[in-house]
Amino acid sequence: MPAEMILRDKTYPIPSGMTIRHALEKIGVNPDTVLPTRDGELLTDDELIRDGDRIRLIAVISGGRSPSAGSPHGSAI
Amino acid sequence: MKCRKCGAKAALNMRQHRLALCAEHFLEWLPDQTQRFIQKYRMFLPEERILVAVSGGKDSLSLWDILSRLGYSADGLYIDLGIDHGTGYSTVSRQKAAAFAESHMLKLLIVDVPATLGASIPTAARLTHRGAQKPCSVCGMTKRHIMNRMARDLGYDVLATGHNLDDEAAVLFGNTLTWATGYLARQGPVLDAETGFVRKVKPFCRLYERETAAYALLRGIDYVYEECPLADGATSIFYKDVLSRMETERPGIKLAFYLSFLQARLGGFLAAPSSIAASEMHPCPACGQPTTSVDVCSFCRTWNAVRTRREAEGPGE
Repeated sequence: MPAEMILRDKTYPIPSGMTIRHALEKIGVNPDTVLPTRDGELLTDDELIRDGDRIRLIAVISGGRSPSAGSPHGSAI
Repeated sequence: MKCRKCGAKAALNMRQHRLALCAEHFLEWLPDQTQRFIQKYRMFLPEERILVAVSGGKDSLSLWDILSRLGYSADGLYIDLGIDHGTGYSTVSRQKAAAFAESHMLKLLIVDVPATLGASIPTAARLTHRGAQKPCSVCGMTKRHIMNRMARDLGYDVLATGHNLDDEAAVLFGNTLTWATGYLARQGPVLDAETGFVRKVKPFCRLYERETAAYALLRGIDYVYEECPLADGATSIFYKDVLSRMETERPGIKLAFYLSFLQARLGGFLAAPSSIAASEMHPCPACGQPTTSVDVCSFCRTWNAVRTRREAEGPGE
């Protein structure tokens, strides 16, 4: 049974047997911008992907400030 | 990969620290680090009253959680910006912040921008020159004004925000690209109180965004996952992306960038953070907050214009 990675509303089929880091490189997702989870459990990127795995990727980048929000009393939350 | 402390299966590998930790030890490590930075940068003392700016996102709720666990007296401030954009973004984030406060028995103050100021942020952005093509600008200015006013008027000693290392590195990157020396001279973990301005601190300034997100996940904090719909294409996100690609090739480069900047600033490499003399500041005749403008402050000027144009348009957003 094939494995897959899910990031927001996109699903990527991936072969089992490779590491999460390798799979992220394959699908073009920077490993430093996501947290991989399986059944709600946080995984490190050396974890091997198993048949039927559904690896949900939690995006960690947030933002929306203009650069000048680093201004004296500038702060977004 | 195994936890360095106990040998159990690791939940997070922090390549920049060459440190992998299991869930249990990571949940101890992050608050310990936060406490270390609070003390190192002399952010606040245990007896001081803290107002935490909460957005319903992972950083601010994690910060509030940690400050409470560390025993600090920390109330929350949520600013409802009236952003819907078909996703109910503000409604959802307000619910998350309120639910967190209730479940942790913490006090949450709420300022409703449309109800208080007469228009939502998207409407204000549409109606003003300042917000045209860049709603983050009018949004940021409004939040800064409200946060300072609430903290000052309600007697809090310090305002804490959930800015993480990725936020700080992105701002630093942007200001370095344009050599915005005035901003560079004032960026740091602490912005001391000045006449009319409360002290502002960023206890997460040395923590990667991955770490704060992992904390929220492992702690079971229910945060608003979706990005602000108005932030699409924001410059800060672009800078974060660039820096993250560098980080992947050179683990620790973001932290080194920020820390070496702080070191340079401390060593006098940048001008002293006093580009605006206190004598140039005066209270805004409309709201009383300090400003360098000859007339009312930029916040009052912007929102006066919004209300005038709203009235000219008639009812309905």
